[in-house]
Amino acid sequence: MKLDDIKFTDGNLQRRKILNRLMLSLCTIAAVLSVAPLLYVFFYTTFSGISALNIDFFTQLPKPVGETGGGMANSIIGTLILVTIGSLIGIPVGILSGIYVAEYSNNIFSNIIKFVTDVLSGIPSIIIGIFAYGVVVLTMGGFSALAGGFALGIIMIPTVTRTTEEMLKLVPVNLREASLALGVSRWKTSLKIVLKTASTGIITGILLSIARVAGETAPLLFTSFGNRFMSYSLTEPIDSMPVRIFNYAISPFEEWHKLAWAGAFILIFLIFILNLVVRFITRDKYSINN
Amino acid sequence: MNKSIPPHGTEKVIISRKKFSDLIFENLTFVFALMILGIVLWIIYEMYFYSGESRSAFGWEFIWSNEWEPVRKEFGALAFVYGTAVSSILALIIALPLSLGVAIFLSELAPKIIKSTLSFVIEILAAIPSIIFGFWGIFVLAPFMRSDLQPFLQKYFGYLPFFQGTPLGTGLLTAGIILAIMIIPIITAISRDVLKAIPQSQREAAYALGATKWEAIKMALLNAKSGILGATVLGFGRAVGETMAVTMVIGNRADINISFFEPAYTMASVIANEFAEASEILHLSSLIEVGLLLFGVTFLINSFARLLIFSVTRNAEGR
Repeated sequence: MKLDDIKFTDGNLQRRKILNRLMLSLCTIAAVLSVAPLLYVFFYTTFSGISALNIDFFTQLPKPVGETGGGMANSIIGTLILVTIGSLIGIPVGILSGIYVAEYSNNIFSNIIKFVTDVLSGIPSIIIGIFAYGVVVLTMGGFSALAGGFALGIIMIPTVTRTTEEMLKLVPVNLREASLALGVSRWKTSLKIVLKTASTGIITGILLSIARVAGETAPLLFTSFGNRFMSYSLTEPIDSMPVRIFNYAISPFEEWHKLAWAGAFILIFLIFILNLVVRFITRDKYSINN
Repeated sequence: MNKSIPPHGTEKVIISRKKFSDLIFENLTFVFALMILGIVLWIIYEMYFYSGESRSAFGWEFIWSNEWEPVRKEFGALAFVYGTAVSSILALIIALPLSLGVAIFLSELAPKIIKSTLSFVIEILAAIPSIIFGFWGIFVLAPFMRSDLQPFLQKYFGYLPFFQGTPLGTGLLTAGIILAIMIIPIITAISRDVLKAIPQSQREAAYALGATKWEAIKMALLNAKSGILGATVLGFGRAVGETMAVTMVIGNRADINISFFEPAYTMASVIANEFAEASEILHLSSLIEVGLLLFGVTFLINSFARLLIFSVTRNAEGR
């Protein structure tokens, strides 16, 4: 009887070992399967983009249907302008509210702000677009760069707030105490000691949020709209790379698809550079922390 | 008694000035923090306000009606709710097992170099904008679906109603796959963190009792289940709100079909496609009501997810 038991366990062990190997291999396969499409998207865009890229892309305006050539000069400028407006709104609001949550966090209100920041970051960007439409487009009576930048700014706020808060909380308390003990006022301590110490991390957050909004399309469709011509005006509709790529991608014209791939590549390239810079910065920071 | 190096009174002035500037700074940051609350409330108010026209015209019928005919001024959102729900659920069904696999691989199996490289690659690829996934979807995924995957599914599972109809390439299934690719990084990242938060001693205890590696992992998974559920729900919320990629591959037709091959429409897509062209007040108002609906759904989903993730990581932070 006892022998039977052992035999049974033995067979069970075999089964368990096989299951073990099976599940572990499945996990490894899952890792490969998950990364493969992401890499595919990346390399496909890169190769299609590079082969369609030329100097005209950066210097020419979009050509009407039927004419070959043309570029996205206006869209590139437009995206730069939109991201700048967005940063002017998103960065100050994000940093200052982040300081509030981190430095004056001993009340219920800062918990409310934390919750609301989470809510804001979870709102789909298309809804931020509707908001910007109601606030800016309807008020100004038309699509404008300002409306698009406003939408991007709102999208940036939660990311910047959250990183500011997290980074400020990493700054050791004794740094604050040392500063306060020397008679430095609290706000100067916050700005010149705490914020300065955490600045690398906060810059990281800002770069990541810029990388995110640079590729945002949905909130721009009915705020900054698009413009076939070069525009520097804040009150006029303005082109942006994501919207131009969208319009070209769904068009039936081969020539436009090529331009869209080139645009997609430039967009990915910019976003990756920003992300790589961030990794580079944080790698240093983490090694100090550890 | 007093050494009184500063003349009497000066000290007081300095102190009160300090306090005053501190007060200004605190209130300044407070005002900016208040702005976030204001923005969120304003968003809700604005969508509620501008959807008034549609709400008074259709009432609750708006959610249950399948008619979306801008020309006849008939608006109902059911087809969009259906499209959003089905495409997001499909995405989840595809993404969840894969993400869990990757999370286990990253937290339990991979050697250190592979672990950090793979995490890095996944995180950086997660930054690819939605529009580029959509573009890739049109030119790579949709043709592949049309010529390979959909005929394959039809051949072997064609008796199921989900896989009937003409393989068009675009449609619910294609949207689900694109969404799955896009939400894998987020579910993976959070699940991996949750798994890492499970104390190593629990796995060691399992090993000590003679468990295989998989059995130890299963234990960790069991303990991490609410956190993993949170990650899943968060990924679901992301899929529900995703706009551009879906718009480009789902086919954009406001129909309700049981087949995953048929074109459909989502809440976010209809706003993206029709908002700029909507000239009728009622049309615009209906689109904004769709937005309000989308906001409500994502709000509930995200709050639920945060709650679940918080309940797990809170314990981990305490250690």
